[in-house]
Amino acid sequence: MTAPTSPLRRLGWTLTDGLTLVGRELGRLRQEPGQIVAALVFPIIMVVLFGYVFGSAIQVPDGGDYREYLMPGLFAMVTFSAWLGVMTRMATEATRGVMDRFRSMPMARLAVPLGQTGADLLTGLLMLAIMVSAGLLVGWQPHRGLIPTAQAFLLMIVLRYALSWVGVYVGLAVKNDQVADALVPLGLPFTMLSNAFVPTDGMPGWLRFLADWNPVSALTAAARDLFGNPGAPSGNVAWPLAHPVTAVLLWSAALLVIFVPLSLRAFTRSGR
Amino acid sequence: MTAYNVPSVGISADPIVVAEGLHKSFGDTRALRGLDLSVPRGTVCGVLGPNGAGKTTAVRILATLSDPDAGHARIAGYDVVRDAGKVRERIGLAGQYAAVDDKLTGRGNLRIFGRLYHLSRREAHRRADELLDRFGLMDDADRPVAGYSGGMRRRLDLITSLILRPDVLFLDEPTTGLDPRSRGEIWDSIRELVADGTTVLLTTQYLDEADHLADHIAVIDHGQAIATGTPDALKATIGDRLDVTLEDPAALPEAMTVLNTLAGTEPTTTDDDRLSVALPATGPRLADIVRELDHAGVAAADVSLRRPTLDEVFLRLTDRKEPVR
Repeated sequence: MTAPTSPLRRLGWTLTDGLTLVGRELGRLRQEPGQIVAALVFPIIMVVLFGYVFGSAIQVPDGGDYREYLMPGLFAMVTFSAWLGVMTRMATEATRGVMDRFRSMPMARLAVPLGQTGADLLTGLLMLAIMVSAGLLVGWQPHRGLIPTAQAFLLMIVLRYALSWVGVYVGLAVKNDQVADALVPLGLPFTMLSNAFVPTDGMPGWLRFLADWNPVSALTAAARDLFGNPGAPSGNVAWPLAHPVTAVLLWSAALLVIFVPLSLRAFTRSGR
Repeated sequence: MTAYNVPSVGISADPIVVAEGLHKSFGDTRALRGLDLSVPRGTVCGVLGPNGAGKTTAVRILATLSDPDAGHARIAGYDVVRDAGKVRERIGLAGQYAAVDDKLTGRGNLRIFGRLYHLSRREAHRRADELLDRFGLMDDADRPVAGYSGGMRRRLDLITSLILRPDVLFLDEPTTGLDPRSRGEIWDSIRELVADGTTVLLTTQYLDEADHLADHIAVIDHGQAIATGTPDALKATIGDRLDVTLEDPAALPEAMTVLNTLAGTEPTTTDDDRLSVALPATGPRLADIVRELDHAGVAAADVSLRRPTLDEVFLRLTDRKEPVR
């Protein structure tokens, strides 16, 4: 039971503890069939709401089908839900004393954030799969073959994982589940302020600037490009939209570089 | 603040929890100002104090959750800051919350914590069943914790901290907010642990809890230990209390004089025919008191000596007029 001293064994411990906590999160999900149903229904509602309600009034710039245009935006929306879910879980556990218990135990420091982000990655994959099915049902499809399609999904996964570390940090920083719950509604306007649902050309200049530099826009643009869906920006566009794949990778790297150390520090130091 | 030095009974030379001169501030608030604490192996130490006295801060430092600004603490010889990892292998912590997962079953919670304590899967399962069985939760083992009563949750939380058979168990207000019956059940569980040889450090606001469970008590106020000793020794420091009921209220002045002389302090009148006074620790015997009253021609309907309650000791020590919350 004594903590291992060799770096390799320590890494093994960290991973084992992380996996145990992933299992814990998935075990929770199993006890909550309601949440699974909600996760299934949500993408369908989004596709119907945006694809048919708003879509009937929105013109895609180069005349493409709106639902083809929409799906990459919805994928980005699902991806950006990562930090909200992780933040809420971390804050709840901190409020209820679970975090203190973990910190008083002889377990790896990294394990708790690894468990949360790992579990989020798995649930995120499930949500993405459901969203893909919903998209296929309404006529969306990738047009550029297997490799670019795989690349698009890989980008979503990488960015999702980076975003979940933002959630770890914010959740530990607020340390209060009520504050965390109050932050959740901010997620939607953040996703809307982008090219995910409408082209940014028509927005006032200052708003367009924000929307173009929103990482949601970069991910949406990258996915449209890799899937061969309509809506590729033309003419004089902001840098992240002209180089969306690079932009997403840079965003992911930057988020990880900033938030992994911050989270670890917050975890070991909280309450000191 | 007066320091009461009470001869400690049963303190072995081998304390398993030692804190020396702990200081801790949060901004302008000085939570601990030189706290000393020593808990002999295999005993229950009750840490008493009013809200904000520093009880939780002390437990957090001892359980490696927080670093002291000055001073040091050792658990089984390991420094809580330098050897935090070693300390964590030897302690259990159950707090004011039930730090278990609502969505999981009781058994599921215990198994996961068993795995996090690096027991093998088989061992984690076995230990979970053993603890559920021993602490009377087996019937509810497969229900989600969300459906548990407050007392059952707290018990689950308590046994979660026992998975590794800790040498020292920290219980931070383990029964706060529980109904009397659930409190009794937690008390029984704690007694059972002590019978196994676990050392328990318990903070509480309930003095009867400390009286029932603790072998010795540390009263802390303003971040310092202001008195330590067994519950009996602490009660002896403030002496017994003498209550006198007069047959005739007219005799009150004479009775006041007699009691004042005997006790060395002014008695208080609790009614127009009742007096009460705290006797010094080496006070007069009941027989002397009765004789002196008789001598002065005071007819007493009732004269009684009683042990002070721990509440009275506590109020006296912490110099507070209002009762402890």
